[in-house]
Amino acid sequence: MSGTLVLVQILNGLQFGVLLFLIAAGLTLVFGVMNFINLAHGVQYMLGAYLAVAFYGVVGNFLAALILALVAALAFGLLLEFLIFRHLYDRDHLDQVIATFGIILFLNHAVKMIWGAAPLALPMPDFFTGSISLMGGQLYPVWRLVVIGAGLAVAAILYLLVSSTRIGMLVRAGSTNAAMVSALGVNIQRLFMIVFGFGTMLAGFAGIMIAPIISVEPGMGDNILILAFVVIVIGGIGSIRGAFVAALLIGLVDTLGRSFSIDILRLMLSPSPARMAGPAIASMLIYVLMAVVLYVRPTGLFPARGR
Amino acid sequence: MPDVALVAEDARRHFRAARGVVAPALIFAAFALVPLLAAWAGQKYLLDVAARMMVLAIAAVALDLLVGYGGLISFGHAAFVGLGAYAVGILSAEGISDALVSLPVAIAVSMLFAWLTGIVCLRTRGAYFIMITLAFGQMIYFVATSLERYGGDNGLSVAARNTVAGWPLLKTDHAFYYFTLACLIAAYLFCRALVVSRFGRVLRGGRENATRMATIGFKVRQFRLVAYVIAGALGGLSGFLLANLTEFVAPTYMSWQQSGELLVMVILGGVGTLDGAIIGSVVYVIAEEWLSGVIENWQVIFGPFLVLVVLFAHGGLIGLRRRLWRFGHG
Repeated sequence: MSGTLVLVQILNGLQFGVLLFLIAAGLTLVFGVMNFINLAHGVQYMLGAYLAVAFYGVVGNFLAALILALVAALAFGLLLEFLIFRHLYDRDHLDQVIATFGIILFLNHAVKMIWGAAPLALPMPDFFTGSISLMGGQLYPVWRLVVIGAGLAVAAILYLLVSSTRIGMLVRAGSTNAAMVSALGVNIQRLFMIVFGFGTMLAGFAGIMIAPIISVEPGMGDNILILAFVVIVIGGIGSIRGAFVAALLIGLVDTLGRSFSIDILRLMLSPSPARMAGPAIASMLIYVLMAVVLYVRPTGLFPARGR
Repeated sequence: MPDVALVAEDARRHFRAARGVVAPALIFAAFALVPLLAAWAGQKYLLDVAARMMVLAIAAVALDLLVGYGGLISFGHAAFVGLGAYAVGILSAEGISDALVSLPVAIAVSMLFAWLTGIVCLRTRGAYFIMITLAFGQMIYFVATSLERYGGDNGLSVAARNTVAGWPLLKTDHAFYYFTLACLIAAYLFCRALVVSRFGRVLRGGRENATRMATIGFKVRQFRLVAYVIAGALGGLSGFLLANLTEFVAPTYMSWQQSGELLVMVILGGVGTLDGAIIGSVVYVIAEEWLSGVIENWQVIFGPFLVLVVLFAHGGLIGLRRRLWRFGHG
């Protein structure tokens, strides 16, 4: 467990955390403002990755593929909002869960029918293909650093948008009391559409940025969606700041736990039971963390004011 | 005039009470006749399909107890089923394959998990509850995939169906089928009795208005926790049966898609009716068997169907039938 290895895993954890933030931010905004549980948020992430692969096949340029995929993801998200989600905002959570579950089933298998079940790959832009050497000569892929940087930049932009623009003010007001905002003459339907579209784009962006370092396959959004739920539950539903802190926390705890659980257990146990129990404990860590946070603060670390 | 109204009301109540008995009796009778039908048609697979319906129905009835009567939308119900199944699988791998051991263990493990997670989940309400049950379900799923000794991702096969006190009582498919039917009827009657009892009324009161129930002196959370643990026990029973039916155990039994499917069954049949959960399981399995024969990725049809059910058929199939009935009678 050398110092550089820990540094590498901390960077990996940050990268994972930033990815989680991009997904959780949209989810928590949509939930905060519209009180809408969107299970289909994870498939938007998957769709972003697939669209990027598809557009890359056409244009052969990462940046162009990124922009085209973002636009397409946004268009598709708004289409879903117009056709289905709009009619679910004032339904109870059970209806929302079932309808969006149906959308997941449809999209996961539609993707499988169109692109096949085999994993696809998205080449990263040439400029960022290399690695840099950290202290101690350990190599670290540049693209992961790019993902971290892009995520942090989005977080900063989001913070500015929410805290100091008119639309951000409406979002904050909407997550406190949407009915009141509507009564004061704001076109709430349009606000909902903007928030939803924005969240969709963030999830799509996360999918595109991570596509070069993971395999793009049907169902890739499902597990990450649940982690995003864990993030927003810990952070406090509706809170961007909470989502940011919780996402980095979960990213780091999960990554470090998986990398070092066996080593740490070996300090207490003999090698064989450590090797057996390590992975099981590592996979439980973040859920136990969630349980502890909720037991102490049932509304999360940074509950949005007004609820 | 009042007399006529009273008589009509009386007749209606009798009719309603009769219908409450007739519908489940018809369902169970139909299940009891399936082996004859399967033998007559020479299609053994009908027996397997019907057995799977019943196993899922037990889990769905328990889920309906939570969703329909407690107002607790649990998205982690498959974890209980999976834990029950893994209890059978792991015990069998360690050389213990008697139902007198594995059935109590399967139920106890699921109850314990329900109790531990229930303490945390039930501190929260609404959307938080959905997300947290989902997360705990996923936790158990990942723990199962990390159990290298018991098959990891691939799962493990159960060497043979459980014996009862050393006797191979469940060995034949017919014996196992009727045992499963007996379990389903028992689970259904138990839940039926539960929801009309004082306990069930408090549970429903908590769903309608938890604050008011607390004000008149009920510790709603305790009642909910008991309901959650009961649902866990029935989930464990379903898992025990599932492992013995398929003679195979895998992490996918407790995947979140499985939890979603159980919720879909409850919704399809109509929430808060118990009969509906059984009907929903039957409809779901039929849809799966039929559609997957038509198109390999049958979910591309079933997914949009779910969306349509939510948007247009509020109250599931039972609700739809009631609405049609009302429509037919002016």
